[in-house]
Amino acid sequence: MNLIYEESHAGHRCTRFAKIAAPAYQLPEKFRRQSGTNLPEVSEVELVRHYTEYSKQTFGVDSGFYPLGSCTMKYNPKVNEETAALEGFTDIHPLQPESTVQGALHVMHTLRTDLCELTGMDEMGLTPAAGAHGEFTGLCLIKAYHEHRGDTRRKKIIIPDSAHGTNPASAHMNGFEVVSIPSKDGVVDLDALAAALDDTTAGLMLTNPNTLGLYDSGILEITEKVHQAGGLCYYDGANLNAIMGISRPGDMGFDCVHLNLHKTFSTPHGGGGPGAGAIGCKAFLAQYLPEPVVAEKDGVYTLTRPEHSIGKVRGFWGSFNVMVRALTYLSVLGAEGAKKTSENAVLNANYLMHLLKDVYQPAYDRTCMHEFVLSLEKLKEESGVSAMDVAKRMIDYEMHPPTMYFPMIVHEALMFEPTETESRATLDHAGEVLHEIYDEAVNHDLDLSKAPYMSEYSRPDEVTAARHPILKYEHH
Amino acid sequence: MDYIVNTDQEQQEMLAALGLSSLEDLYKDVPEGAKLKRKLNLPEGVSEFEAYDALKSLALQDKVYPVIFRGAGCYRHRIPAAVRAITSLPGFVTAYTPYQAEISQGILAGMFEFQTMIADLTGMDVANASVYDGCEAAAEAMIMCLDPRHMRMLVSAAINPEVLKVLKTYAHSQGAELVMIPVRDGVTDLAALNDLLDDATACVYSENPNYYGNLEDVRALAAAAHAKNVKVITGVNPTTLALARTPGECGSDIAVGDGQSLGLDLNFGGPTTGFMATRTALMRKLPGRIVGQTADRNGSRCFVLTLQAREQHIRREKASSSICSNQALCAFRNTVYLAALGKEGFREMSEQCLTLAHLAAAKITALLGYSLAYPQQEFFLEFAVKTPVPVSRINEVLDAHGILGGLELAEKEMLVCVTEANSEAQIETLVNLLKEVQA
Repeated sequence: MNLIYEESHAGHRCTRFAKIAAPAYQLPEKFRRQSGTNLPEVSEVELVRHYTEYSKQTFGVDSGFYPLGSCTMKYNPKVNEETAALEGFTDIHPLQPESTVQGALHVMHTLRTDLCELTGMDEMGLTPAAGAHGEFTGLCLIKAYHEHRGDTRRKKIIIPDSAHGTNPASAHMNGFEVVSIPSKDGVVDLDALAAALDDTTAGLMLTNPNTLGLYDSGILEITEKVHQAGGLCYYDGANLNAIMGISRPGDMGFDCVHLNLHKTFSTPHGGGGPGAGAIGCKAFLAQYLPEPVVAEKDGVYTLTRPEHSIGKVRGFWGSFNVMVRALTYLSVLGAEGAKKTSENAVLNANYLMHLLKDVYQPAYDRTCMHEFVLSLEKLKEESGVSAMDVAKRMIDYEMHPPTMYFPMIVHEALMFEPTETESRATLDHAGEVLHEIYDEAVNHDLDLSKAPYMSEYSRPDEVTAARHPILKYEHH
Repeated sequence: MDYIVNTDQEQQEMLAALGLSSLEDLYKDVPEGAKLKRKLNLPEGVSEFEAYDALKSLALQDKVYPVIFRGAGCYRHRIPAAVRAITSLPGFVTAYTPYQAEISQGILAGMFEFQTMIADLTGMDVANASVYDGCEAAAEAMIMCLDPRHMRMLVSAAINPEVLKVLKTYAHSQGAELVMIPVRDGVTDLAALNDLLDDATACVYSENPNYYGNLEDVRALAAAAHAKNVKVITGVNPTTLALARTPGECGSDIAVGDGQSLGLDLNFGGPTTGFMATRTALMRKLPGRIVGQTADRNGSRCFVLTLQAREQHIRREKASSSICSNQALCAFRNTVYLAALGKEGFREMSEQCLTLAHLAAAKITALLGYSLAYPQQEFFLEFAVKTPVPVSRINEVLDAHGILGGLELAEKEMLVCVTEANSEAQIETLVNLLKEVQA
């Protein structure tokens, strides 16, 4: 596979602009670039073929089963792309008069209202760009809340050891000290939590269902304990796909929550973004939300600045075209569709776990939520075949591997999240494939440490990549 | 409606296989007190056609201006059709972050090309694979420079106010101090910068062109900062970099900017993408995803996410940034746009912006009562104009003719933006309408 630079031929052109009559303006030497760029030179057909080849070398949800745990790789409905491409949404400037963007603001307001209802929150800011950005923003709210009350001792954020890596990183970005507490039976250890809480606790960050795919039955006690100690409770909404219409973070006792619109709300991941991380909160925190929030009065929509806003976390108003997709999706689902979506996400996960557990050990053998974690420790001991080997072998069967080696508290972990948009037939097939791989592993039919075999590329040498970084194409 | 594949009967059979009788049985871990005991208060679901029609009726309420002379951080440029076609291909749209390199070479190679192009445009050694937007890129660059003994950042008062607001939020979260460098004649005051630099200063941030469209003497700013061992961050509009002196040539340590103007629609301001480029010495301080070249088992060249020891999923609370998802598809769109324009097309686009902006400035300031706010400065594609009548009145007239006029900076001062998407005929129309407002 060539890089675009290797397809370049001097003089080839794809794009030409309309000619203009005015003579070219010359910048004074002081401000002028010293040498030309090295951008490639290709014709339109060369451009299209080059990148079409790239698209063939990129496995997406449209290519096949993508059970990447914690990432909610559900199918992305095509109507979302059509609404997001409407000219009235794509070709409006963020600094147009508000009176000329009432449709766009209406979209934002409706989405805000729907997301408040889904989470049990009172207000929702739509500006953060992604989940981790939502976390960062939520912790800004918690910090602002304590600062505003003059309670300057609260410097600690409690985070379970099963949490996403973004949680402690987001806390650290806000100057908080991270207190990691161990899990017990896969959920929060109430005693460890109680021991960690004191008058220096700013808050708790929690995912429920957590990264092991378990709903923490102690959730009401957990949030109550934190509140009694004067802390706030932050909900990492990465796993909301399990509980829409069934259990809301607001009803669990959480004070603020971020949502990944690019997970639960079906907006595509785009190879890593753009996403959107809406940030919801209870009424008492709404005054701190990032600027702007969208408000409605007498049918007129405006962007406003909350009274004690933490400020802005990104430019303009948010990932608007991602919001359009999310609202389109929610419009199709409605109340019943949202609940059915979660129920089927959970059903599919339990069904797949059921198909696999005779040969692969679930980290916790009980009803899971939208995802589950297997531990391949025993297989590794007995056959030498690792979680990575099994995952990589799935590529040969044209499936995307699950999340590997996360959460860190499970050895040889594989985390599967099939989502509700997969059929029983797909799950049955995945079950058969994983049994075949198991047989290959225990019978030593094949050296799985060399898998995948069938893909155009085999395992990359990551060590050399990090030790001797080559981060751009060198022109010769 | 929903997107569930399995029929009610299939669901029942699956439940039976699990030894369960109803979907409710799946939720026995949810305590009664945390259960929602009513139906969600959302509208009833509809077909995709009804959803589309509803969204379309909202889209039609927005005014799409046939002509725009407004920028201030978001720019309308022409986008070759091939760019939209390529970036809509399902692999690029529906993949996750490329953790599995074996089946993600297309997107990884695209990111590698992106890093190459950004390093090339900015004149820097290395670039990352994108952050959230240009504002956040500036904030992340600040974080790269801070350490416990250097917790002060000097910021030019001539930067985009959106960037400033985001910098303030991040500075507060980091416990860092922001100090403004005053503006003099529409550019950063060099003498004031020299007075402000001290031992606690970590970095200086300015933009080129700045918010008023003026080109800054970044070399002089950088020399002043470096004389005090202070790092230099420069925010750039990438469309100017075919012709304007690069941050690399000016001696900057970190270049940042927003990729919206490289092939992205206006989209009401988002999502865009932020880029960050730096010197090799600071490479391991860059936040976010970085793609590197390596080889697979068979010796074939391939690409992987690399230098991951910097990132949150490895370092957790020791990571300098929590960024996980970035703006991959937007950055990829930048890549395809730059490849579609190519070396010559990119220069042509940049030159047309520069030339048409100067043509418009000359024609506007030839009108009675109009003058450049900063006649002694060089500008690129935006310029501040003093007007004889309130900007709001001008914009009302323009609006009635389908033109989004310049941004009001003061009652009688506006920031005009001209790109290659504005024809000479449009400039003529603008000037004629300004004459009418005068009369």
